[in-house]
Amino acid sequence: MFKPVALGATPLLLTGCTGALSTLDPAGPRAANLATLWWVMLYGSALLFALVIALFAMAYLRPAWVARITPVQWIVGGGLVLPIPILILLTGTALVLGEQLLPRGDAPLRFGAHAERWQWNFTYPDGREMSDDVLHIPAGQPIDVAVSSADVIHSFWVPRLGGKIDAIPGHENLIRLEADEPGTYWGQCAEYCGPGHDSMWFRIEAHTDEDFTALMEGGQ
Amino acid sequence: MSQTPSPIGLHKQLDAIWRTPPGLARLSSVNHTILGKRFMALALLFFAIGGLLSMLIRAQLATPNSAFLGPDIYNQIFTMHGTVMMFLFAIPMFEGFAIYMLPKLLGARDLAFPRLTAYGFWCYLFGGSILIIAMLAGVAPNGGWFMYTPLSSKPYTPGINADVWLLGITFVEISAVTAAIELFVTILKMRAPGMALTRMPLFAWYMLVTAGMMIIGFPPLILGSILLEMERAFHLPFFDPTRGGDPLLWQHLFWLFGHPEVYIIFLPAAGALSTIIPVFAQRPILGYRAIIAAIVAMAFLSFGLWVHHMFTVGIPHLALAFFSAASALVAIPTAVQIFAWIGTLASGKPRWDIPMLYVFGFFAVFVCGGLTGVMLAMVPFNTQAHDSYFVVAHLHYVLVGGFVFPMLAAIYYWLPHISGRQSLYRLSIPAFWLILIGFNLTFFLMHLTGLMGMPRRISTYPSNWGWDWLNLLSSVGGFILTMGFALVLADMVLQFRFGARFRRDPWQAGTLEWATATPPPSYNFAAIPHMDTRADQLRPARIGPTLAGGDGYLGFARNGEQETLAVDMMSGDAEQLIVLPRRSYLPLWTAMATASFFLALLFKLYWLAPFGALATLVLFLCWPIGLGSKSDRGPIDIGRGLAVPPDVEAPDNVTVLANRTALVMNGTLFASLLFGGLFLLVVAPNWQGSSAPTLPLWAGALAVVASLSAAGASAMAARRPGSVLPLRAGLVAAIALQVLALTLLALSMGALGDPTGHARQAVPFVTLGYAALHCGLGAIMAAHALWRHAQGYVSARRRTELVLARLWNGYAGGVVVLALGLVALLGLNGVAP
Ligand code: HEM
Ligand SMILES: [Cu+2]
Ligand SMILES: [Cu+2]
Repeated sequence: MFKPVALGATPLLLTGCTGALSTLDPAGPRAANLATLWWVMLYGSALLFALVIALFAMAYLRPAWVARITPVQWIVGGGLVLPIPILILLTGTALVLGEQLLPRGDAPLRFGAHAERWQWNFTYPDGREMSDDVLHIPAGQPIDVAVSSADVIHSFWVPRLGGKIDAIPGHENLIRLEADEPGTYWGQCAEYCGPGHDSMWFRIEAHTDEDFTALMEGGQ
Repeated sequence: MSQTPSPIGLHKQLDAIWRTPPGLARLSSVNHTILGKRFMALALLFFAIGGLLSMLIRAQLATPNSAFLGPDIYNQIFTMHGTVMMFLFAIPMFEGFAIYMLPKLLGARDLAFPRLTAYGFWCYLFGGSILIIAMLAGVAPNGGWFMYTPLSSKPYTPGINADVWLLGITFVEISAVTAAIELFVTILKMRAPGMALTRMPLFAWYMLVTAGMMIIGFPPLILGSILLEMERAFHLPFFDPTRGGDPLLWQHLFWLFGHPEVYIIFLPAAGALSTIIPVFAQRPILGYRAIIAAIVAMAFLSFGLWVHHMFTVGIPHLALAFFSAASALVAIPTAVQIFAWIGTLASGKPRWDIPMLYVFGFFAVFVCGGLTGVMLAMVPFNTQAHDSYFVVAHLHYVLVGGFVFPMLAAIYYWLPHISGRQSLYRLSIPAFWLILIGFNLTFFLMHLTGLMGMPRRISTYPSNWGWDWLNLLSSVGGFILTMGFALVLADMVLQFRFGARFRRDPWQAGTLEWATATPPPSYNFAAIPHMDTRADQLRPARIGPTLAGGDGYLGFARNGEQETLAVDMMSGDAEQLIVLPRRSYLPLWTAMATASFFLALLFKLYWLAPFGALATLVLFLCWPIGLGSKSDRGPIDIGRGLAVPPDVEAPDNVTVLANRTALVMNGTLFASLLFGGLFLLVVAPNWQGSSAPTLPLWAGALAVVASLSAAGASAMAARRPGSVLPLRAGLVAAIALQVLALTLLALSMGALGDPTGHARQAVPFVTLGYAALHCGLGAIMAAHALWRHAQGYVSARRRTELVLARLWNGYAGGVVVLALGLVALLGLNGVAP
């Protein structure tokens, strides 16, 4: 549902910026939401940036109307009237969006991701552990991942499916992700965790419902 | 003093009093002009080192699968780059600038505590050297500039690397602490008469707020470093989740410092902009009061934002929303300043000159960084961008835009003040374009690299993620940027060699620093002016010669003493005559003793460390020897028909104010410790079923009584400065009672149970240790007062030492009460879930 919006907001030039880890190439509704938020903020920021630079230039070019702006207008206009509505709107939107992304409500399937220098071990809803560094999930439905760590702090990040959450020893954090289509989605550790940090990759394999059920029942 | 000498004659007399002779004697210098320059030169050197490291980073990342540096080296290099840039370049650079500039801007002849300036400089030099030598030896810190635990804890960093960071940076922070207190006091008390707070130039306001932020902002980091070093060295658990600690405590303590830190770096730079822009707009700054309100608002807000560095650690979303909103709110005072500056230009008659070129660079780059900052403050977006190259881009836009560009503008504006020569302008323009283009090429692309999924702090990457061309271009940009900086450096050297000399005030500025001769004389002003207007609308070229002729306050050399004035904090009325201490090697010796303490800890010679601490303490106690006065002098003539008492006879002199400030700082450290204890109690894992600390109730109760009575006794002594017997009895009682309290607290520390087993014992252990230490300090301050009294430095009028004893003993009493309160709380059975 959000995908058309995200695509609409994506400038054509940058649709080339796809990549297996690209947040700008979302493959699920959550990541798509975040990408949309980014594009909207980018356009807004570009406008504000242009405004400031233009005013700076005006100060030197000195058309008459610029010289007529009073001190109070500068400070109240630029310092309060301009930013406050923008900030309220933006913070409000982000708050609502953030609430929607929370792992809340009807509990979907719950997986576990346990980080240990420098690999990821995944557990499945039935309690089973499967091979390192690959997590199989069903596509087209939200899933929860409980993230924890055995040693130092790591961070669980699958950019095309959603944001990241830290794996902190002594704590367990929950993140909800969703893939639209079956496929391979790469993830990586995003929190610096020592010499192996640069290769702490993992994959999420999303399957159709039938394939996923078969995989779970197959039970390797 | 009787007949007025010629300006040259006056200069000779004053210079004989204030100058530092050349040669080895330079090591004894305490002069703010010399030390400010030293701070800035050393900071520039560290900037070059940090820049070199960044070039290594960019060389490594230019191509995928690079085998130039392995992860072990790379991790040291990026950690050192961040650490050097933040702690050894940015902070000392503005400190040095403020040390050099503030007295000249305010109309004083030096800072309030010249020897402390020197001590701070040596701590900076020695602490910084420890880090650089460690890097050359291949054992540099490698935990990232924010040193997250458990990665930086013993099990995961068994080597000396993390200790180098914790001890080296804490050593350097001493210079930040001393500078903060000194600048704060100097701005409040040592201005030209007539300069009410509301007449101060904006730079002084910026520095006042900055110093205030440092006083509150640095203690959490210092405490965190001490706790982590104790965990590493003595196994006391604070951050280890298996023993009741919590890695998140480190993050809270670090960012409680780390976020304000960013504003601490930005505000002085903004202060420089607020000084430079009106000069080139040829009109006074617009919105003087609005700007003051904005920076005060910024200071308050910046302490409520630290959690925005922790949006992905699993804190409940509604709590995050609060910090997100607060972070967005900071944009408002920032916008007020940005528009005040643009408005100043727009409503003046703007001139274009080299400093303005760099000011333009500031606008272009900083605004961009501010906008990405607002984006990052939005929690959902943050979960994607956090810890990616997007953040690397953002932080460089803010730091280079908000600090380096203003610094370059300031170099082109103020270097003539230091060199006495004008810039040649040949190299500054190509340098600017190289820097602006190189910077944006390097860092603008990094936003995209980050959004395409590249995490920060990786030493290499495979070719399949689509990051290759972005990284290559970033590296090319980095080298262009470096060439720009090299040109600026060459320009500075050329200016010193070939720049044309000038009379006074080359820019038609409005502030007092341009009224000195250039380069400035050792005493700044032959006479101190009276301020009838706001001190950013002066005519320095006209005032300068008048002052040089001795027309003003203290326009004479008297008794061979280094005289300057103190004023009432608010009104700026002349209030005291300060006689500053002469040059001395004591700061150097004291810093060396401090270095021995830190080196002993670094090399695990724990038996030696107490001697280092003791030597430092003894040397500090030597500082007051020979200072002060053994007789009451009463009001002394300061010229212009005024007479004021010497500061030793004034009830609220700079020494008292500095000690109050130090206690606020110290109190913040203690509050952070209490916060840490409560945080662990409520949040940390593995508290269920832990055993409570055992505290002998009688010992605790007696310690409270003893320490509070000591506070009372020293207060009584301070109230009766004239009568010898009660005074001595009060102080002796205070000493005895504090020693008793110290002993009892030490006993209690032994009775708590094994402090290495669980945080529930470790936290009470350090809290009581802190209290015991302050009982000891209370006793020392009382003994100090007794000693000064015996030597005749204390009288009914001269009672500074008594006030200090009262303050420190009162503080110790309060600490003992609160410390025991925390221990009792942690001792309650049935820990919160
Ligand atoms: C001279 C141009 C500079 C270049 C090319 C540069 C480049 C970089 C790069 C590529 C990184 C990321 C390293 C990584 O994550 O692996 C980095 C990190 C950093 N830089 Fe710079 N930088 C420059 C100047 C500065 C300045 C002026 C400051 C501060 C005043 C600064 C502060 C930092 C900090 C705090 C980090 C984070 C270090 C960490 O992750 O622990 N840099 N820099
Ligand atoms: Cu990692
Ligand atoms: Cu921050």
